[in-house]
Amino acid sequence: MNQGLNLLVGLAMGLNLVALGTGRLPSLIRLAAWQGVVLGLMPLVIEAEWRVMTFVVATATVVMKGLVIPALLRRAMRTANIDRDLDPLIGYLPSLLLGAAGMIGAVAVAQRMPLLPEHHESLLVAGALASVFSGLLLLLGRAKAISQVCGYLILENGIYLFGLLLIHSTPLLVEGGILLDLTVAVFVIGIIVDRIQRAFDTLDTRKLTVLRE
Amino acid sequence: MTTVLEGVVRLGVWLLVAPLLPGLICKVKAWMAGRRGPPVLQLYYDLAKLWRKGVVVSTLASPGFVAGPAVAWVAVLGAALLLPLGPLDAMLSFPGDVLLLIYLLALARFATAWAALETGSAFEGMGAAREVSFAVLAEAAVITAILTLSWKSRSLSLPTMLEPSAGPGTVLLAVGLFTVLLAENCRVPFDDPNTHLELTMIHEVMVLDHSGPLLAAVLHGAAMKLLLFAALLVQAVLPLGELTAPAAAAALIAGVLLVTVAVGLVESWLARCAFRRVPLLLTTAFLLCVFALLTAWNGGAT
Amino acid sequence: MSELLLILGPLGAAIGAACWPDERTRPWFLPVTGLVHALIAFGLLLWPPATPFHAWLGYDPLARAVLPAVSLLFLACAAYGVPYLRLRAERPNRLFVASFLAGLGLLSAAHMARHLGVLWIAAEAVTLACVPLLHFNNTPRAFEATWKYLLVGGTGIALSLLGSFCLGYASLHGGGAGDLTFTALMAQGPGLSRPWVLIAWVLLVVGYGTKMGLAPMHTWKPDAYGEAPGIVGAMLAGGVTTVAFTAVLRVRAVVQAAGAGVVADRTLLAMGLFSMLLAALFLLSTRDFKRMLAYSSVEHMGILSLGAALGGPGLWAAFFHVWNNSLTKGALFLTAGNLRRAAGGRTLDEVRGLSLLTPRSAMLFVAGLLAVTACPPFGPFFSELLILKRALAAGPPWVAGAFLGCLLLAFLGLTRLVFAVVDGRPPKAARPMDPRFRETVAILLPPLGLLLLALGIGLATPEVLREAWTAALRQLAPTP
Repeated sequence: MNQGLNLLVGLAMGLNLVALGTGRLPSLIRLAAWQGVVLGLMPLVIEAEWRVMTFVVATATVVMKGLVIPALLRRAMRTANIDRDLDPLIGYLPSLLLGAAGMIGAVAVAQRMPLLPEHHESLLVAGALASVFSGLLLLLGRAKAISQVCGYLILENGIYLFGLLLIHSTPLLVEGGILLDLTVAVFVIGIIVDRIQRAFDTLDTRKLTVLRE
Repeated sequence: MTTVLEGVVRLGVWLLVAPLLPGLICKVKAWMAGRRGPPVLQLYYDLAKLWRKGVVVSTLASPGFVAGPAVAWVAVLGAALLLPLGPLDAMLSFPGDVLLLIYLLALARFATAWAALETGSAFEGMGAAREVSFAVLAEAAVITAILTLSWKSRSLSLPTMLEPSAGPGTVLLAVGLFTVLLAENCRVPFDDPNTHLELTMIHEVMVLDHSGPLLAAVLHGAAMKLLLFAALLVQAVLPLGELTAPAAAAALIAGVLLVTVAVGLVESWLARCAFRRVPLLLTTAFLLCVFALLTAWNGGAT
Repeated sequence: MSELLLILGPLGAAIGAACWPDERTRPWFLPVTGLVHALIAFGLLLWPPATPFHAWLGYDPLARAVLPAVSLLFLACAAYGVPYLRLRAERPNRLFVASFLAGLGLLSAAHMARHLGVLWIAAEAVTLACVPLLHFNNTPRAFEATWKYLLVGGTGIALSLLGSFCLGYASLHGGGAGDLTFTALMAQGPGLSRPWVLIAWVLLVVGYGTKMGLAPMHTWKPDAYGEAPGIVGAMLAGGVTTVAFTAVLRVRAVVQAAGAGVVADRTLLAMGLFSMLLAALFLLSTRDFKRMLAYSSVEHMGILSLGAALGGPGLWAAFFHVWNNSLTKGALFLTAGNLRRAAGGRTLDEVRGLSLLTPRSAMLFVAGLLAVTACPPFGPFFSELLILKRALAAGPPWVAGAFLGCLLLAFLGLTRLVFAVVDGRPPKAARPMDPRFRETVAILLPPLGLLLLALGIGLATPEVLREAWTAALRQLAPTP
């Protein structure tokens, strides 16, 4: 079970790095979607015996993170008709190197933290920290609103990874509520992105500088 | 006596087999595109033709222009002799030979760049600059990969390093080394060996002024380098040392063929990537090798 | 069961408002719901219900100590909302009214949440419910502010989720059964895994601190408060921040039980003083009277955090200050809305001589200014005095000094701007006053009521409130 899970977590971590290195908006969205699908498969790998709720959570995650949200972002991208290059504020190469450093740091930190015996061999904590870090890096390092949303998605994916550690102890009601909230959050963000595009005629957040001291 | 004989045979194999690989790649690409393509032995014909032709040397060029390709060719051949071939040990092996291998490859690159600069053409100088700057990144990846292997086997000698498989990081290492192979041998997506457009070339531009036997030396040296990297990659990834001799030999040959075909497929599927993305790709290869190293290190610790 | 009405009532009213067909009568949902909510909240304040130990939602002493203040603020905002929305008849108000009502229900839920996960869900939902309110004005500036709010707030709230998970893991690692109610976590106490508790504390303080608007995570606040309608600003400054503060307090109680209370207090102290200092400096330089209110809110969050850090009577004073903050901020935001509407501008360059344009609102604004800068006899004076006393008694002397210094700077900044706006002559080139705008009783009464309450609570703090704050203090720091 741990081997399969670690493989998936490793895959998700790899996707983080590719996302940091990619220069095109459509591929960034696709990467975030793939990461969502990988995350959705994890509960199935973790649970020893399959319950209906596990299946529901997995399906919901895959559908939401893998299909619905990317579709929403793609639609926003198409209607906004924006230039598909990402305009990095932090260059691709520095962000890739920072992301890799963060990943190594995450593994190092995860090894220092006290973990339950069943989590010793697992990459979950490292993967969670690395994804949170990569997400923050994308949030700070990209100028286009949609790419920042992708950064936010990756950040959330990291938190989801950490949440998997607690999958046996948190009631599924809470998990479901969290998933719902996050989905609505991205929906709302998507709508605002749309409005910003209409109001400013751009999605470059560097242009949002009317408000300042 | 037998060692001398073996050395001669091995030298012959390296010299004779190497030009087969570019021919194979061309064939794969032709198949993928639905063409018949040139014969597999095309490079042999080319080399023979070039050998018969004369050399044009610029009046500006110093003897370095002639010496460069020769030095590069000898250096690659020397590096090739350091590499064990599956069941056969290397011709020469001593602790630290892996460093010599890296330095010989660097020497070959230096000699090519030197010869390119000797022509006094800004165009070739540009090619040399590109080649060398990308090589810096590719070399970092190679050295990290070598470090991984050396950490794994606790040795600095190629035959012992290449015997076991690379452990849990194998996949990472394989992808990283394959990317380096593409970069070092100027294949797509780093460089397009077929193009002669000045803005897209890296390696080709350096040898534009070479002709006749000198160009033959360059082309043959490139083919040997490809074979060298393919053999290195296969042996680093597969645990050849744990197989019987015939099986190991068969695995090595199959692996090299597979790598060749893979290069052909990559060239058919991918376009040459934009110039400013090349460092990014090479850094990715470097990072893959770093992660392989960390996995090996971590695996060794626990 | 009546405490659940505090949540379900507004949510039901939100659905009702969303389905209501008539634009003109829909705003009446606001005051009716607000009145019912306030009645229930105060009823429960007087006759507190028993809360089962493991309940996920409950009107426990902490909720009892602060939720009625939010309810009062909402009632005032709702009463103001009816004439306000009549003035803004050009904008469809279906989404606005429904979100405002849903926001109240979710605010109550977040106050009453006794479970780590439920608290997070409710807090996040409040954040999202505020989004349609923020860009009600539909201007590019409003969208820019909303975007910043979403991005900064979303990241903060995401980090607080990570923090919640870390706290959950701390319990799991310490051998807990995975019960994530605050009472169970506090009962586990030192059994919690210390490194995980510390990480969780950092993440949760950053996360909920963003929501509160503690410096340096306050960057969204001036933009959002500046662009949102006055009643939204009032609810954000008096309601949402209060929720975040109670969340921080609940987490702090767990961290204290786990034996890391000193670390927690030190963080709160540093962040509180830093917020006060930063806000005071910005107050000295800002030229926009709505952004000024935002910085003032940052300053008051700093005061709350400082009070919580000092513990004991300081925390008691912080509860007192929560009430004062809600009441005075509400009054200020509502009058600022009036002034903004009357003058057609918000900065010092566009607006002057408001005492001539809108004498009553200007008078209320000055009174609110005196209240918010803690001039006696308004409530904030007494609560800040209590915090100062506690700082002198418990903290190192420089804390009290810094506290007073920041208050003084903030006072200078606030009075400078307010009197510049109120005094003098209206500029010649001023835009003509909105012809529909008149200083009616309907828009003056709600802020006046809030100010009178702030005055009353300072002069004669009701015994029931004192008792409620003491009970909340007992809940957060049980003496063995």
